[in-house]
Amino acid sequence: MNQPVVGVPQMLPAQVIDTSTDSREILKHARVAARRRNLQDWFVVDVDAHHVETVSWNEVVQYIEDPVIRDQAIYFHKDRIGAPPYGLNGDLGLRYQSVGGRIPHQDGLREKVDDVSVHRDVTLTRRAMDSLGVDNMVVFPTPMLFLGLHPQPEMEVWLSRAYNKWMQEKLLSADNRIKFLAVLPYNTPEEAERVVKETAGKKGIIGYAIPSTRHAPVHHNKYMRLYSMIEETGMPLSFHAGYHWDDPSLKTVNRFLGMHALGFAWPNIVHCTNWILNGMPVRFPKLKVIWIESGIAWAPFLMQRLDDQFLMRPSEAPHLKRLPSEYMRDHCWYTTQPMESNNLKALECTLDMIKADTQLLYASDWPHFDFDLPSEITDLPFLSEQTKRNILGLNAARIFNLDPTPVKQL
Amino acid sequence: MPKPYLVCRSDELKDGDRRVMSCDGTEVGVFKVDGQFVAWHNECPHRSGPVCQGRMYKRVLEPIDSDGHVRALAYDENVTNIVCSWHGYEFDLKTGANQGTDKIKLRKVKLEEKDGHIYVVV
Repeated sequence: MNQPVVGVPQMLPAQVIDTSTDSREILKHARVAARRRNLQDWFVVDVDAHHVETVSWNEVVQYIEDPVIRDQAIYFHKDRIGAPPYGLNGDLGLRYQSVGGRIPHQDGLREKVDDVSVHRDVTLTRRAMDSLGVDNMVVFPTPMLFLGLHPQPEMEVWLSRAYNKWMQEKLLSADNRIKFLAVLPYNTPEEAERVVKETAGKKGIIGYAIPSTRHAPVHHNKYMRLYSMIEETGMPLSFHAGYHWDDPSLKTVNRFLGMHALGFAWPNIVHCTNWILNGMPVRFPKLKVIWIESGIAWAPFLMQRLDDQFLMRPSEAPHLKRLPSEYMRDHCWYTTQPMESNNLKALECTLDMIKADTQLLYASDWPHFDFDLPSEITDLPFLSEQTKRNILGLNAARIFNLDPTPVKQL
Repeated sequence: MPKPYLVCRSDELKDGDRRVMSCDGTEVGVFKVDGQFVAWHNECPHRSGPVCQGRMYKRVLEPIDSDGHVRALAYDENVTNIVCSWHGYEFDLKTGANQGTDKIKLRKVKLEEKDGHIYVVV
């Protein structure tokens, strides 16, 4: 009997993935998954991915308009090596995201980048897009998402405006595939309006972002001109969720797991409740609102709760001519991530209730610990191919007015 | 047809060591843990992440004292977990069982030790 031929395996370049591993190696299996599903021919938009803006914070602060604050920030970063980023408030949870190093890409992408012709974050974003199978990636900041709770509202203005300018010059100008929702310093409405005025129509800016972690009432009269202006641009307004341990309602939660599970849904649940019950969809019928990074399981919960209560107390929400859930279904959009997919029956019901065919937008949240791949959508057994294509990119193409031609290199 | 691949000499791997490799496109991780060799497919059952390239940690416990109180976390020195770097799914390196549910397991690879060498069959 012949002896079997013995093969010689090839050792993988990264035996243990750490923060220095090339993200193309980390995501190699994602690329294989995308190729297997022929995503080269699908238009895929990732409506919520992140970069870590604080890595470039010494650059960002140079865009602060106030000359005194700008100098203070520059000197701080020059003289205080190892100090936290100037002006940011942050949150304890930022230290816990990687579960003690178990998920290294959450702690940092310190891989080698040779191309110095563009900002390092452009290269990292391109690597992520081509690994995940994404044509357009919307890039969000990370620690800046807590600025809504900053004790100095003017700091939110200075830093949001500086960041928006830095983003335009360093990332958006370098690659048409990178998109951005300009960050609104929402605690100062007139400054938020100024951002809309200055950025509408600028390259790569396809909408506006309000970091949801804040205690501002979204229905307050002081915001009506802002919404009207955004409605007029035709671009969407998004609420990007985030937890914060200083939220009194979450202060007893002692595990980050619990904080993350509740904290990323809670602010959007609160804001969406106010948005609907105060009749924003009636007052701004053409304004497209996107609820980002809260997953989607919260939406059917809120739809059912609001419908149930509304019918008993319609006089408290006199703007509404239909059920709250109908406004949530027809006037709101949702991003997928982190898509709760352990119970497919529940997920199918959720997608049906939010009318995923037209209202759901794929998001990866890369490089965060709970990132999702496009295959989470392509592999769902109960959706038609057209619905999957809609969720992965065509719904985004419609609301962001994007050219739905696939351009990625898988 | 399954084919054997030569991984390395048995004595090259010390406890805690690993070899993660591609066997003509099939990725496999071979580990030595508590004196025992194990081999798993480098594909997390969660979302196909590169689980064998993850970091290893002793399993985390939270001891409860006789009053029902907890004071500190602890490591179970008898259980080594491999953690998928993509999303943090943790698996007992020896059994392949997921820490959170016994419905999720790593996929085993046939491993042979012969004449002082380790082979995987894929």
